[in-house]
Amino acid sequence: MTVKQRTFPSPLADPDTEQFWSAAKQGKLMVGNCNSCGEKFYYPRSICPHCGDQNVTLVESSGKGVIYSWSVLRRADPPFAIAYVTLNEGPTMMTNIIECDLDSLAIGQRVKLKFSETEEADGPPVPTFVLD
Amino acid sequence: MSINGKAYVAGVYEHPTRKATDKSLAQLHAESALGALKDAGLTKDDVDGYFCAGDAPGLGPLSLVDYMGLKLKHLDATETGGSSYVLHVGHAAEAIAMGKCSVALITLAGRPRAEGMATGTAPRNYGSSAPDVAFEFPFGPTVVNMYAMCAQRHMYEYGTTSEQLAWIKVAASHHAQYNEHAMLKNVVTVDEVVNSPMIADPLHRLDCCVISDGGGAIIVTSPEIAKTLKRPLVKVIGAGEAPKHQMGGKIDLTYSGAVWSGPMAFEEAHVKPTDIKYASIYDSFTITVLMQLEDLGFCEKGKGGAFVSDGNLIAGTGKLPFNTDGGGLCNNHPANRGGLTKVIEAVRQLRGEAHPNVQVQNCDLALAHGTGGSLGTRHGSATVIMERE
Repeated sequence: MTVKQRTFPSPLADPDTEQFWSAAKQGKLMVGNCNSCGEKFYYPRSICPHCGDQNVTLVESSGKGVIYSWSVLRRADPPFAIAYVTLNEGPTMMTNIIECDLDSLAIGQRVKLKFSETEEADGPPVPTFVLD
Repeated sequence: MSINGKAYVAGVYEHPTRKATDKSLAQLHAESALGALKDAGLTKDDVDGYFCAGDAPGLGPLSLVDYMGLKLKHLDATETGGSSYVLHVGHAAEAIAMGKCSVALITLAGRPRAEGMATGTAPRNYGSSAPDVAFEFPFGPTVVNMYAMCAQRHMYEYGTTSEQLAWIKVAASHHAQYNEHAMLKNVVTVDEVVNSPMIADPLHRLDCCVISDGGGAIIVTSPEIAKTLKRPLVKVIGAGEAPKHQMGGKIDLTYSGAVWSGPMAFEEAHVKPTDIKYASIYDSFTITVLMQLEDLGFCEKGKGGAFVSDGNLIAGTGKLPFNTDGGGLCNNHPANRGGLTKVIEAVRQLRGEAHPNVQVQNCDLALAHGTGGSLGTRHGSATVIMERE
């Protein structure tokens, strides 16, 4: 069964994440990329959490991944599915699985990016996922 | 340098209230402090070090120091959520070992029930300047669904079942029946746990701890002072602390920071998990207990489900009696922070002052462990090992 979707609070951009949220407005999911150690990371930030170098950029994700873990908060109105999704690029990110049967989610299911609009009129969309 | 043997827990007090509509937050801290001082046989004027965490109202420790009228030479307001007070025992022992103070007071208090807080099922926002907030808060992370994702992954990787998790609650309820202050005194069965309403898959209502008002306090002191008091001697012999986080997206929900804090504490104490007679294990949810038991080395990683089954955590019958006050699952989880009460019950066991029906025989070595923050995102782990002299 597909239920009513929840509304998403708008994230606040700051100087550290402005580029990420601008890209989101263009439908692109970016991940952090360290030009020093080569690791990709999420959430994106001004310093590589792996090696500490500030020589970091954003690179676009394929928007494809698999469910690492999930839980349906039955007590919420409407109930919704929070999840960690492991992107094909490597990092695992917190998200929601939307437009799905809340009773048939499973770890390992393939998912793809579908941005969701947020509450504020000029707020950026947030990266959510649907089953692939 | 080690803290082993350099400090003693001389006083503990668990506030008896579970719903404090008639008391202020500062009052609960102060009543807890006075209770622990009385237990130790000390007075307010003996206190020269104060430790508190994020539940303390005001700027760090300052408002409460003012309220209680303390004169101090050492302060520590390290905040790692519910594990803070376990961590503070270690920090207090360090400060005492260094001669920075000689009577350390640790307090905790909160009124989530009186204030009608949606503790487990509403997302908490620690302020929009926290760098993770924009990437998490929109997705509705709550306490319960984040711990639920840990349980979900544990089940996937190791075949852990809801029935195995339920045994943790069953054991806690067996202990709580003897605690006159426990919020939930009824003994429950595995069936009752797994048939209670699903809150966040795979955690049921009875996999979750209680929400309670209240508080508590601990007095840690030097060997010289402890030996002048009329209380059984409970010596701090090991402590460890460590944060765990998302590691830039290399997320692994199958273990906690106890994999680091535990070995540090055991090494300092020169003991091993099989030596421990009683363990206080942080129990915000059943899965919290299971993962920490594995991470602390009480059983192999992934074998926690089998380890907790069939009453193995029940005092008198099980191999590892845990949370004999009923723990957070049945007794008390004041301020949504269960670390301080974990230390208190371990001290009761070492003193031989636990309820006779749950008192562990010859309990001379105990461990208290806390996890604070969220097991599913960022948390602080703290382990303390104590010995009866």
